[in-house]
Amino acid sequence: MFNNGIVQPLWYNGPSPGQFYNFPGYANNGNMKQCHETNNSDSTRSTAMITTGSSVLGIKFDQGVLIAADTLVSYGSLSRFQNIDRIFKINDNIIMGGGGDFADIQSIMRSIDQKMIEDQCYADNIAMRPKALATWMTRVLYNRRSRMNPLFIDVVIGGIDENNEPYLANVDLRGRAFSDYVVSTGFARHLALPLVREKKPADRDFTLEEASELIRQCMEVLYYRDTKNSSQYTVGVCKVKDSTSNQCDVEGPFQVDEKWSFAKMVKGY
Amino acid sequence: MDALDFLETPISTGTTIMAVEFEGGVVIGADSRTSAGSFVANRVTDKLTRITDHIYCCRSGSAADTQAIADIVAYSLDYHENQTGQPATVLEAASEFRNFCYNYRSSLLAAMIVAGWDEKLGGQVYSVPLGGMLVREACAIGGSGSSYIYGFVKEHYKPNMPLEDCVEFVKKAVKHAIFRDTASGGVVRIGILTREGFERRLFFNTESGESVVQNTLELKVE
Repeated sequence: MFNNGIVQPLWYNGPSPGQFYNFPGYANNGNMKQCHETNNSDSTRSTAMITTGSSVLGIKFDQGVLIAADTLVSYGSLSRFQNIDRIFKINDNIIMGGGGDFADIQSIMRSIDQKMIEDQCYADNIAMRPKALATWMTRVLYNRRSRMNPLFIDVVIGGIDENNEPYLANVDLRGRAFSDYVVSTGFARHLALPLVREKKPADRDFTLEEASELIRQCMEVLYYRDTKNSSQYTVGVCKVKDSTSNQCDVEGPFQVDEKWSFAKMVKGY
Repeated sequence: MDALDFLETPISTGTTIMAVEFEGGVVIGADSRTSAGSFVANRVTDKLTRITDHIYCCRSGSAADTQAIADIVAYSLDYHENQTGQPATVLEAASEFRNFCYNYRSSLLAAMIVAGWDEKLGGQVYSVPLGGMLVREACAIGGSGSSYIYGFVKEHYKPNMPLEDCVEFVKKAVKHAIFRDTASGGVVRIGILTREGFERRLFFNTESGESVVQNTLELKVE
């Protein structure tokens, strides 16, 4: 590893331990916050998030997973598209909820759909499992971020793994993956996560009824407290039906049960 | 995403464009102003651009970018029609627009509304905003002028209007946008796409398009 006292890079053109590493595609203008897409013209317009989806919430229960997201895609502060399903059925074992830049979500969905078609073409009665998809997403997103050209997305992937075990994970734009009984993106991370964790029984998983009630409560809170959330949402359900098959659907759209009548008790400020 | 929040606000694109599905086809509309900063470079622009005989697109954003993309997509679809022996579907056209707008999103400023009629699904309107996502909408508005008519459209849009009501609705909406948006102006160009093809209509503030000056005081010099 050491050669004449200078540490060799870990791989060709790779980082040298102890040395400052300039990532490829990184424009040396001193502004660490900017991400540039290398393009043919000399344009340095950053690829920011433009049309965005807000929070996604996933909850694992004893027989499967629920993933919920509202049906709004915003354009800055404008509630631009109000009837968009952000929960996707990937195959009979996997559902996915997408938040962040929606054009990037649509792009990754095209790649995933192609992957599933390939999977079907093998005709081996084996469909991809959620953990495999989550791992693949992690690799894709990490590689993109390492090339300073991220997909600005934050996704929740869930479903039924081998041995009929429910699986739930969250992968973000940096390629950071995290698996737990409750995961979320965006505002839900601040508002919904503590709510669900508080209600979790110490000795067992949630039941479907408990998980559904939590989804309902969390969607209500998110609607009240997140400016970029709307009151309409869809829920993906993936649960074990019997030892050989699962029931995997996207249900909805549902409406939040809004409570405003107490407003008349508030006067003045 | 918290560190990059300041990048979140999108840029408005000068113009007003609109497309509405109705029973039997689509009605598209746009203003006619191309502005270079504060200067009106073209006051009679045609923003309703032909892609195929049954598919048109409404262009907003950089005039150069949108013209270039529209030309490429029109060529590509013509080739595709030649290869398949069948007219292109509206979704095929919209997908091509999306592929361009998404893959080159950092170099382009283009937000399009693709509308048309095909045998498979009838009249369809697809929105391809900045960033390059694709979504079908029954009533789509775009451009900087659209901000001023979200309320108007919400109030007055009804699904499956008859043709003349639809034309009246689009004309009024674009007119309202022109009224308040400085980047929109000129005439209201309307297009109607059905199984039969494309029909154009033009509306100005004055019936004939000529200037009408009323009640001026004549300056008498003695």
